[in-house]
Amino acid sequence: MSHLAPAPSPRRLWTFHGGIHVPDEKALSNGGPIDPIPLPPRLVIPLAQHIGTPARPCVRVGERVLKGQLIGEPQGYVSSAVHASSSGLVVAIEPRPVPHPSGLSAPCVVIEVDGEDACAPLAEPLTDYVHLDPSVVRERVRWAGVVGLGGASFPTSVKLNPGPDRRLKTLIINGAECEPYITCDDRLMREQPARILEGVRILRHLAGAERILIGIEDNKAAAISALVQALAATDLQQLVSVIPIPTLYPSGGERQLIRILTGLEVPSHGIPAQIGILCQNVGTAAAVADAVLRGQPLISRVVTVTGRSVAAPRNLEVPIGTPASALIAHCGGYRQPPRKLLCGGPMMGFELRDAEVPVTKATNCLLALTAAEAPDPGPALACIRCGRCAEVCPVRLLPQQLYWHSRAKDLDRAQDYNLFDCIECGCCAAVCPSHIPLVHYYRYAKTEVWAREQDRRKAEQARLRHQARLERLERQEQERKAKLRRKKESLEGKGEGEAKPASEDPRRAAIEAARQRAAAKKQAAIEGLPTAGKGSGPSGASAPRAAETAKRIEEPT
Amino acid sequence: MSPVVVSSPHGPVTNRVDWIMGQVLFALVPGILAMTWYFGWGLLINITLAVLFALGAEAAVLRARGRPVLPTLKDYSAVVTAVLFAIAVPPTLPWWLTLIGMVFAIVLVKQLYGGLGYNPFNPAMAAYVLLLISYPVEMTTWLAPRVLAEHSLSFLESLQLILLGHLPQGLDWDIVSSATPLDQMRTLRAQDLMIDEIRQSPLWGDFGGRGWEWVGNWFLLGGIYLLGRRIITWHIPASFLASILVLAGVFWMFDPQAYPFPAFHLFSGGVILGAFFIATDPVSACTTRKGQLIYGALIGALVFVIRSWGGYPDAVAFAVLLLNIAAPTIDYYTQPRVFGHAHRNPKGQDGGTG
Repeated sequence: MSHLAPAPSPRRLWTFHGGIHVPDEKALSNGGPIDPIPLPPRLVIPLAQHIGTPARPCVRVGERVLKGQLIGEPQGYVSSAVHASSSGLVVAIEPRPVPHPSGLSAPCVVIEVDGEDACAPLAEPLTDYVHLDPSVVRERVRWAGVVGLGGASFPTSVKLNPGPDRRLKTLIINGAECEPYITCDDRLMREQPARILEGVRILRHLAGAERILIGIEDNKAAAISALVQALAATDLQQLVSVIPIPTLYPSGGERQLIRILTGLEVPSHGIPAQIGILCQNVGTAAAVADAVLRGQPLISRVVTVTGRSVAAPRNLEVPIGTPASALIAHCGGYRQPPRKLLCGGPMMGFELRDAEVPVTKATNCLLALTAAEAPDPGPALACIRCGRCAEVCPVRLLPQQLYWHSRAKDLDRAQDYNLFDCIECGCCAAVCPSHIPLVHYYRYAKTEVWAREQDRRKAEQARLRHQARLERLERQEQERKAKLRRKKESLEGKGEGEAKPASEDPRRAAIEAARQRAAAKKQAAIEGLPTAGKGSGPSGASAPRAAETAKRIEEPT
Repeated sequence: MSPVVVSSPHGPVTNRVDWIMGQVLFALVPGILAMTWYFGWGLLINITLAVLFALGAEAAVLRARGRPVLPTLKDYSAVVTAVLFAIAVPPTLPWWLTLIGMVFAIVLVKQLYGGLGYNPFNPAMAAYVLLLISYPVEMTTWLAPRVLAEHSLSFLESLQLILLGHLPQGLDWDIVSSATPLDQMRTLRAQDLMIDEIRQSPLWGDFGGRGWEWVGNWFLLGGIYLLGRRIITWHIPASFLASILVLAGVFWMFDPQAYPFPAFHLFSGGVILGAFFIATDPVSACTTRKGQLIYGALIGALVFVIRSWGGYPDAVAFAVLLLNIAAPTIDYYTQPRVFGHAHRNPKGQDGGTG
């Protein structure tokens, strides 16, 4: 049958600067089908699994919850809902270790699973989404807690709303999966291409896109042909092109993939919507299909468990909140003790210090590397300015200059060299002959800058407060003097004779009192303002993170 | 699990400083063998001495600075400096001049600035220039190439010359030495001889001095090897050689009797060695692509200018050192356009803070 499927259309592709070829190691884990993992006895579901404000818990300790029940409401626009992955009893809502580079804890809902896996009533399927207002469908996506499953976990409903004056002409579906070892998107494309295409159709409708480009690295031939075949069975053929792209890390980066497929560059500090492009991961498309067509919230995801330390590497369908150790155990445990257990791939993943942390919506891979796969590079040597880092940088930065300035804590210069354009892909550090942990320095510099911004904001607030205080004192002084003067005048007036009627005095006093009350209220408002506007988001968490990074960065040198 | 937490990436290392330095040394082998063939054992003796002195000086400074000695010595950067220096100096240089040169290169030029990666100047060239200015006679006395020499020095005679500073009995400098082609061109041009007259001397081969012209070819071979292994990129050598060829070509076409032909410039003195092994020293060179093109072209232009009108017969060392000073500035103004930025912007722009 496969010969009937149309071949992927050859079309012009563009390139980005640099990039590196790394052994893809995909064959370790992409051999078998996605394997559902049994429920663990306890689910630990973080309330912040997305970029933006953490969800607010809407269940109480001791409450019974059902599978798919909302347990965390989105707070604000850039936020996402969180649901129970199975039924059971809420035993705690407290900070627990979460998969984060800092190793810090964050608020989680802990559910003692009852094993019945009883479902909450599903939302009504919106099969007729074509005739619904896009905002209704977007609201469903938001309700279902769908976030970008490629790793960044940005709330999908926000991305789907480009604003009134922007048109999304092109929808790009990211199936590149350029990180070595990871195969969860590969398996998903092979096994459930129809589900992905359902999601693609919905995304296209919401975005109003005129063309859809599905970019897949050419080391995933099976995934490409599965999608092409599934596409042939739909009426989307005119709109959708499945495009094999050359295997080159980091072609799966959003900006890099957009460049490869369209030749356009997303503006620095901008978003793809500014150039009329919406980019979504294949897994996200599948989750959107579940949310809209089946009314199912996002409560599980595919996770690759791999690395040569794992006895039987494979892909698992995992309920959100399952501890990482359960995944490893399900894959036969360790064949040999790992030197590193990573969350994510070897190029951009971070080390887990605690194997009990839960799987979140952002967890695409658990990677247990042996000492041979991730050898200790030894102490970093001096930079010999060879420039290999600049050769491979996909953003065309000068990593070496960034390194000098970050190391010297010359943060202004580092920003002059476009520190914040760095996507932390790790190409520079991978080719550095001196084995300098370059990305580590950039992360450190970024957090330092955030911390500095925060300090600056605080200083500005203090300055405003001080100024307000001086003004208040001045005003009070004036008022006191005015009062004194009036009293004097009235006394003098009395001396001349009863000029004013007695009835006027209490009225004036009342007016004066009211005026003073209003002034005091205004004053209180000015003083209260700074404390209300505390920073949140990345800068809010940056101070402990900066200290952490600073501490860590001193160790290897 | 590892006690030290380091950011991604976590994969195996693919590249090493000592491997790069080793490749540079390996690429120098053909040129060194050719020079030894033409000019005798002196070069090999000098290389041995220079390497020993350089490693000794580096070890002493590292110990004084409280830095790890062995790991740093094992990066072979001091060895590369020593070998390049020994190739550049005459094969008859007295041992104590090599000692002065190496101590100056390693202690002052390299370690006092902070060691490998921090030195603004190429240590080998700085040492060469120091000695050239301070000891002009010793630094310009070259042996005659084998094809011209009436007597080639044996190993023991070379050793004696370098260690004791005088020729064996029965030999004098007139028999063993000869002017370098660049020297001769300079002296005779100063006497207003025409190029055609100068070239009638038996010193001259097909396009440069006899013997000399072939040494350049062997270094070229090593340079091409480095390009092939991607240890260096083509930018600096190409712009260096192109600039010298273009300038020499223009003046030669303008007056072929007053200005030697371009190939003479290319294959005389240190141009090939300089273009592939010295100007490409990553520490002291430009790092941006466009900057490297400018850097190489300016070195080439300076070499031609100093050779044609300056006070020294060869100029690679001077030109490289002068451009070493300019490299950071050139880098600053040749930053590439960053992905997603409309224009190249050396001053930095909207201070994005994420």
